[in-house]
Amino acid sequence: MAAPMKSMGSSFNATSFQKKTRSKLISIPGTRPSVQNGQLIVSTGVTSLDYLIGGGLAVGTVLLIEEDRYNSYSHMVLKYFMAEGVLCGHELFLASAQDHPDDILMELPAPILDDIASHSPLEGRMQFAGPHASQDAMKIAWRYQNLPKVQTALASSSRFGHYYDVSKKMEPEIRQAANCHAFYLPEHSMESSAPRSPLLGSYSALLRSIQEVIRKGGFNGAAPPSKSRNVLRIGLQSLGSTLWGDDLCCRDNPAHGHALTTFLYGLRGLLRSSLSVAVLTIPSHLIQNRAVMGNITRLCDNAIALESFKGSDRETNPLYKDYHGLLHVRQVPRLNCLLTELPDHKDLAFKLKRKQFTIERLHLPPDLSETVSRVSRGELAGAAAMGTTCGSSGNKHLDF
Amino acid sequence: MFAELNAILNTSPDHFKQEELILVSDRRADASFLVHHFLSFYLRAGCKVCFLGLAQSFSHYSAVSQRLGVSLTQAKEKGQLLFLEVLKESLDVLLQKTSNTESQALDFLRDPAVGLRGLYDFVRASVSDSGAGGEGDGGGGTVGRWGPPVLLVDDLTVLLSLGVSVGSVLDFSHYCFVTVCSQLKGNMVTLVRCEGEEDEDEDGDEEGSERLLKGLTHQCSLTLHVQGLPTGFCRDIHGQVEVCWRKTQKDKPLNQRKLFQYKVHDKGASFFARGTSSAVL
Repeated sequence: MAAPMKSMGSSFNATSFQKKTRSKLISIPGTRPSVQNGQLIVSTGVTSLDYLIGGGLAVGTVLLIEEDRYNSYSHMVLKYFMAEGVLCGHELFLASAQDHPDDILMELPAPILDDIASHSPLEGRMQFAGPHASQDAMKIAWRYQNLPKVQTALASSSRFGHYYDVSKKMEPEIRQAANCHAFYLPEHSMESSAPRSPLLGSYSALLRSIQEVIRKGGFNGAAPPSKSRNVLRIGLQSLGSTLWGDDLCCRDNPAHGHALTTFLYGLRGLLRSSLSVAVLTIPSHLIQNRAVMGNITRLCDNAIALESFKGSDRETNPLYKDYHGLLHVRQVPRLNCLLTELPDHKDLAFKLKRKQFTIERLHLPPDLSETVSRVSRGELAGAAAMGTTCGSSGNKHLDF
Repeated sequence: MFAELNAILNTSPDHFKQEELILVSDRRADASFLVHHFLSFYLRAGCKVCFLGLAQSFSHYSAVSQRLGVSLTQAKEKGQLLFLEVLKESLDVLLQKTSNTESQALDFLRDPAVGLRGLYDFVRASVSDSGAGGEGDGGGGTVGRWGPPVLLVDDLTVLLSLGVSVGSVLDFSHYCFVTVCSQLKGNMVTLVRCEGEEDEDEDGDEEGSERLLKGLTHQCSLTLHVQGLPTGFCRDIHGQVEVCWRKTQKDKPLNQRKLFQYKVHDKGASFFARGTSSAVL
């Protein structure tokens, strides 16, 4: 693995060839302008999700993921998002009230990098021209200095985003190269010296520390132009759950019903004026009050919901045997344009393959068996769609 | 500004009705394209516009208006447009940076129970600026550089999310209506966004935005209600808009209603009668 990289790196040093367009654009590794409206977008790490939301997440927007019942798939999407940030050399901010952010980072999926070899050597050399800055910024694990250089090059290739192997964990040396800010609520609630805003409740510490990171890191455009620009990726886990000190999930009429929406409003204001992008997960199935959930969705830009089959009778339904759950697009972003990119259709499903999480169009499985099973398959479809079993059993009598 | 919508509403930048409260609402769809329409419409009409941008940043409105052929930055420099970018200014208030700015407009962010008095004072100050000359003579008209004042709010439901009570929001809009529409002969456009289905069953505890919608529907003279298609999602028809004139107009009956389907384009929107979309025919 290391040998071909080394040889490629040295061949770059030998040549004076440089990509022509490099100087003109303010290029941040891991970002590209959107095809539709020219906005700067970043990848979510899940290639099919990128495609679904119009190429990627626009910088300055918030993606809301409504958690599935056991929070396994939504948590995975969040990890994908962070892993993509690590590989692109973005700065990370991860906040959680449940697992320690460092533990979450420990479980990031491993990138699949063996397709470097498939690139032609010329192409590889062209792409090496970019990431001088990240090379200089690299301090930890100098032994592996070659590694991020290759990865950022991959990000700027025609393919957007990386592929990951969820069965393996990311190597610690790649992970440690990333600049990550962790926010663990129990640590912050103990040392809360700042006065808690009555409106924001427990989220005020979070909003404050995000603002701090944005200001210190120069993501708000206030940094001197000489400094290389970077994108901040913000991941917020299970906002609104009881662990955040919120009673949205326990009561119909929560006492602090506006804390989360106010926080989201503040977060939106913060992101719109900075080079950052956020993904947050919310246990929407626990939130009793429908109106609150509507307000939350409207204060985010993108909203998708994961509905897993785990624990429901759909798990055993042969109709859905190829999938692990349904994906609903709740809201598409409307930023700097009148027209928004709508998905082709809304019947979407996700599945977790052995190594990869993908989103696909939902379609019925092909029926390759004999006619007898075809009848039963048809019955199942009828039962699943209408919930009427007596009608289909009536048909059966007619058939024979 | 969408020419087709102007034809439907029988209005144009040169000739439009005054003293109107226009309510734009949506359900399972996004009506914000209509806000952009009214913003560019009144700027073209030469009105003094006061815009409360609660939902989006100035750059967003500016970028969209650019496509509709109106420059917000220029209008701002000329003094025609007064833009309150709540999204940006709320941060300092929320995080309690003790920078006691002159603006008390966002007092409700410190304590929602205070109500929207400060915001109303801001609106009143900004809309009566335009008619300073006219008011001085006691004429009551607005014979300033600009035409009658217009207040646009995008959108009122954000205030509910920030903890303001429905009563305060209704009070605010009523005060604004009296000042802008009745006293200064201007217009007012507000957006309210509702959630999900119209619920008939649980009228015991009515949700905030529903109550707000009902209260405003009672006040307004023209409603534009945007909905998703009842038959489901379609790529070529983005939804339907129900136009309802509530006040009597000459040679028109009371409470006239019309229903159109619409499609938003890159630089505008087209409206057509139900079932006559080019994708269907």
